[in-house]
Amino acid sequence: MDLSLIVIQALNGVQLGLLLFLVASGLTLVFGILDFVNLAHAALYMVGAFVCASFTFFLGNFIWAVLAALPVVAFVGYLVERFVARPLYTRDHLDHVLATFGLILVIDTLVHMIWGPAGIAVPLPDWLRGQITLPGGIVVPSFRLLIIGAGLAAAGGLFWLVNHTRLGMLIRAGASNRTMVSALGIDIQMLFSLVFALGATLAGLAGMLIAPITEASMGMGNSIIITAFVVIIVGGIGSMKGAFIAALLIGLIDTLGRSFLDDLFKIVMSPAAAETSAPAVSAMLIYIIMALVLALRPQGLFPPKVR
Amino acid sequence: MKKIVSAALAASLMSVPAWAESVKIGFVTTLTTGAAVIGNDMKNAVDLAVEHLGGEVAGLDIEVIYGDDGFAPETGKQVTDKLVKQDDVDFVAGYIWSHVLLASRKSVLDAGKFLISTNAGPSQMAGKLCDQNFFSTSWQNDQTPMAMGEVLNRQGVKSLYIMAPNYAAGKDMVAGVERTFKGEILGKDLTKWGADAQLDFSAELAKAKASGADGIFVFYPGAAGGAFIKQYQQAGLKDILPLYSVFTVDAISLPKLQEANFEAVLGSRTTQEWDPTLDNEANKKFVGDFKSKYGTYPSYYAAQSYDAIMMIADAVEAVDGDLSNKDGIRAAMKEADYGSVRGDYTYGNNNIPIQNFYLREVVKDGDGTWTTKVVETVFENHQDSFAAECSLN
Repeated sequence: MDLSLIVIQALNGVQLGLLLFLVASGLTLVFGILDFVNLAHAALYMVGAFVCASFTFFLGNFIWAVLAALPVVAFVGYLVERFVARPLYTRDHLDHVLATFGLILVIDTLVHMIWGPAGIAVPLPDWLRGQITLPGGIVVPSFRLLIIGAGLAAAGGLFWLVNHTRLGMLIRAGASNRTMVSALGIDIQMLFSLVFALGATLAGLAGMLIAPITEASMGMGNSIIITAFVVIIVGGIGSMKGAFIAALLIGLIDTLGRSFLDDLFKIVMSPAAAETSAPAVSAMLIYIIMALVLALRPQGLFPPKVR
Repeated sequence: MKKIVSAALAASLMSVPAWAESVKIGFVTTLTTGAAVIGNDMKNAVDLAVEHLGGEVAGLDIEVIYGDDGFAPETGKQVTDKLVKQDDVDFVAGYIWSHVLLASRKSVLDAGKFLISTNAGPSQMAGKLCDQNFFSTSWQNDQTPMAMGEVLNRQGVKSLYIMAPNYAAGKDMVAGVERTFKGEILGKDLTKWGADAQLDFSAELAKAKASGADGIFVFYPGAAGGAFIKQYQQAGLKDILPLYSVFTVDAISLPKLQEANFEAVLGSRTTQEWDPTLDNEANKKFVGDFKSKYGTYPSYYAAQSYDAIMMIADAVEAVDGDLSNKDGIRAAMKEADYGSVRGDYTYGNNNIPIQNFYLREVVKDGDGTWTTKVVETVFENHQDSFAAECSLN
């Protein structure tokens, strides 16, 4: 186990963490500010991947396809807010879960009808297909670095938006007291639509970034949405900072667990036992962390200050 | 109005016995989730087989009822129960996934019906859990990786890194390659599987590369296979860590890989009991008609499913359509003389094929389509390692 392997695995962990953040940030925005449980967030992630895949073949370039697909996903997010979420804001969380779960089935089937069951492999331009050698002889796929860059840029943009703009101020105000904000003459409906579309765009971006690594496929959001919920619970529901730190934490723990747990286990148990138990425990690791956080600090690591 | 409807209903009910009787085949596969692409290929092959048979056998209509297992053992068992109890089918065939088949087997066999696996081959059902009414038109899971282990020995590969999903078949595949590979195994990863399977293998590929092995052996069926190949290429491992796979590079993943131009897969090698280039009449007809009907090469999933329908039809023919003659049907299936697309094979005591295994290489065909061709025969008439544990004789 040498140092360069640890560095590579840490980079892999950061990359996974940033993807998780893109999904979790939308989830925590909608959940924390609109008080709306959106299971269909994962479906928007999938829609992002499929729309981007189609645009990639249509425009012939992955980067242009991402830029073109983002507004489409934002619009789909707006439609979901307008026709599914808005009528349900006053109902309780169970109704949200039921409606958005139904929405997952509807969107899955629509995707099946439009793109077929096969899934789409997304080609990358040549300059993203290779590897980059970092100082110290560490070789990483260039596309993974692009994901890290895009994730950091999106995170930075989001922090700037929420903390330093008038829109961000309204979002924060709407989160603490929506009645007061609307009494002051702000169009709260419009604000909520914007937040929802923003969350959808971020989830869609995550789907677009993962598609060239795996593929655009039906049900691809199922695995990430559960992890994204773990992230926002660990980070503190509604907290952007919490989502960011928890996403990186979960990404690193998951990746390092998959990488080194069997070696660690071999120190204390027989190789055969380590071989069978390590995959099982590493699959559970993030849930163990969540259980610990819930037991010791139920409000999450960084709960939002104003509620 | 109501009267007319009920009259029409009664008429339609009464007309049922007037139809020719039918042989009912329940076919369980995955028609939703990302793995639906496999299920669709199997369904296409079944439809083609029924078409080739003219929709009937021994004067009985062939009625195929599809069931979707949703890539989950519990759903697979439910849909199997429905086929057995509600639809009262005569045969249950299909099953891509070993864990789904293991969960569903009892529902079929306890009802005294025939169960035909067209893909999954869990070691348990070849050994202790074998049954006189369970047949396979595929293989036992360990056999294909055993053939790959033998190929690795012949090619002088000294050390290996292994990756497979963490479920029944994944473990069988690993056990299979370990049984025949004589070199050293430098590392092994079993990754999360199911509807929320792990598809990002960055950490595992980094470990595999750092292990310094001569090659990497993987088993990633369906969509996961394409995902693996892409990341393998993106990580630039083609020249450092040659790829040896089973059930990963196939007619399901190749069209998508070609469309996205992932050339790392060309020249990679895999073992299998069947290939579209196998030279026999049944195979030529199957591959040719499949290609002209659906526009792609059939996968081995398709070939095995086509075989299952042909085997059922052959057995029903042998008993002149008397579906109550279970012993006759069983004996006819056991002969395996229905003209399999893989060529002739026989059944062992556990009703798992004793058959050849070939080494296949990914090549471009005459039209530039990426497909596979046979390089050599690895095993001739190979029997699985669990037959001795089966109490049937």
